[in-house]
Amino acid sequence: MRAPTLRRVGWAAPPLAALLILLVYPMLQVVATSFDAVGSGAPGQAWPTVLGDPAVHRALLTTLQVAAMTTLGCLVLGVFLALVLAYVPFPGAGAVTRLVEAVISFPSFLIPLAFGTLFGPVGIVNTAITGTTGAAEGPLQFMGSVHGVVLAEVAYFTPFIVRPVLAAFQRLPPDQINAASSLGAHPGRIVGQVILPGAYPAIAGAGVLVFMLALNEFGIILFTGAQDVVTLPLMVYTRAIVTFDLPGASVIACLQAAVSLLVYFAYSRLFVRRSGR
Amino acid sequence: MLIRNAAARGAIWAVFGLLVLGLMASPVLITLMLALARQWTSFLPSGVTGEHLGEALSADSLASFSVSVQTAVISSALAVLLGTWAALAGRSAPAWLRQPMSALFHLPSAIPSVVIGLGVLIAFSTPPLLLNGTPAIVVAVQTVMVLAFTYSNVHAALEGLDRQQALVASSLGASPARILLTVTLPQLLPSIGAAAGLSLALCMGELGATMMVYPASWRTVPVSIFTALDRGEVFLAAAMTLLLLLITLVILALLALVRTGRGPARRGGGRRRAGKEGVGLAA
Repeated sequence: MRAPTLRRVGWAAPPLAALLILLVYPMLQVVATSFDAVGSGAPGQAWPTVLGDPAVHRALLTTLQVAAMTTLGCLVLGVFLALVLAYVPFPGAGAVTRLVEAVISFPSFLIPLAFGTLFGPVGIVNTAITGTTGAAEGPLQFMGSVHGVVLAEVAYFTPFIVRPVLAAFQRLPPDQINAASSLGAHPGRIVGQVILPGAYPAIAGAGVLVFMLALNEFGIILFTGAQDVVTLPLMVYTRAIVTFDLPGASVIACLQAAVSLLVYFAYSRLFVRRSGR
Repeated sequence: MLIRNAAARGAIWAVFGLLVLGLMASPVLITLMLALARQWTSFLPSGVTGEHLGEALSADSLASFSVSVQTAVISSALAVLLGTWAALAGRSAPAWLRQPMSALFHLPSAIPSVVIGLGVLIAFSTPPLLLNGTPAIVVAVQTVMVLAFTYSNVHAALEGLDRQQALVASSLGASPARILLTVTLPQLLPSIGAAAGLSLALCMGELGATMMVYPASWRTVPVSIFTALDRGEVFLAAAMTLLLLLITLVILALLALVRTGRGPARRGGGRRRAGKEGVGLAA
C-alpha cells in the first residue's frame, strides 16, 4: 500500500528545501560572485586574472602534490598497520583499533599543534639545540616545508585507511590463506598474491577518499603556518578573509570545488562498482 | 597467524609500536605535556602546573566552550533531523527523485569546508537571508558540514533494515505514521544515536568552514585555539585543545555506552554496524 505520488514528493520537500537554501544557493552565489567586477575593473575580470596568476598555479600544484604524497604515505602505513592488526595480532590489538577509531573524531589541527610546537623551525627541540650549541638555526627545518605538512596529514588520515582495509581483511575467507600457508608459501607471497588482491577494492576506495580529504584539508595547513606551503583552500581563506577579494576567492573556490568533485565522482564510481559485486 | 618466526614477529611488532606511538599517540601525549608544562625550553618541560588549564577555564575561554557546545548541539540536532527525514523520505520517494536526492545529500562531503564557508558567507550577507554577524551563520555552516554524514549513516541503516515488520504492520492496518513511530524509528535509533554523537564531536572540532563565517561575538573553541596560537600562547592553545579532546572523548564514551549497553540499542536489530562509511567525509 503506497501513498499517492504527490504526497510522497511533498514528504521529501522540507529536507530538500533546507539543503537547497543551505548548500545549493550558497554554491550558486560563489559562482555568481566569481564574475563580479574587482574594484573598477570589468565584470568577469577575476577569472583570467586568477587563472593566469603564477601563485595560483603553484598553489594548485602544491595542493595536488601534498594530497598525492599524503595518500601514498597513508596507503603504505595504513595497509601495514591493518595487516599487523589482522594477521599478526597481539594482546592489546583491540585497544589500538579503538585508538585508531578515536583519532578520526579528533580535530585535525591537534597534530600540527603538537608536531609544530615540538619540531617547528622555532619549536622546542630546535630551541633546546640552539640553546646548547649556540647555532643560529636549529637542525629541524622540515615542519615549515611540504614534508612537515605531509607528515602531519599522514598521521591524521592513516586511520581512514586502516578502518576500511581492516574490515576488508576480516571479511576475506581464511581458507585461501591457510591453503597457501600450508603449501609453504612465504608470508610476503601470501600478502602479495592472496591478501592484497582480495582487499584491493577496499584499499583503492580508501585511497581515493584520503586523496579527496587531503585535497580539501585546511586546519593542518593553517596550523602548520608554513610560508612555502600555500594550497588552494588556504588561498580561498586568505583572499576572502584577509585581503577581502571575494571575486578572486570565488574563482579559486570554483577551481578547488571542480577538482574535488572530479575525485568524488571517481570515488563514487569505484564504490558503486565495489558494492555491485 | 601469518608469521611463525618469533623473531620476525617481534620485529614487526616493534615497527608497528613505533609507528602507532610516534604518529598517532604522540600528538595527544605532546598536547597533554604542553598543557601541563610550566616552561618548556629544553628537552623536557620544567615542572608541572595547572595554570594553563585554569586559564583555559577562565572567563574568555569558557565563553568559547559555551559557544562551541551550543553551536554543536543545535547543528547536530538539525543535521540529524534533516538527515533522518531525508533518508526516510528518499526511500519512499518516486524512483526519479530517489537517485538525485541521494546524490544531493552526499554532496556536502565532496565540497571543501572553506568553499562551503565562503558560499554561506556570501549568500547570507545580503538580503533576503541576512545572517552575517549572528551566531545563526555558524550554526548554518556546521549543519551543512555534518549533514552528509548523518544522512549517509541513517541511509545505510535503512538499507539494511528488515522491511517485513513494516509490511506486516501495514497489512494489519497500521497507518504510515504509526509504522514510522513504532516500527521504523525504533529500529533506526542506534544509528541515529551514533550519528548524533559523532556529529557533536565533529562540530566541536570544525575549523575550516567556521573560520570563514564566525562573527567576533561567537568564537568557537577551534577558532580561539588558533587565535591563541597566533598570539604565541602555545601552552594556552594546548590546554584548550586538551579540554576539547576530553569533551570529545566523553561524548564518544557515552555513545559507546548507548550502543553496547542495554535499552533501545540492542532491541533495534543494531547488529549491523551501520554507516561507518560516512564518518570521514564530514571531517
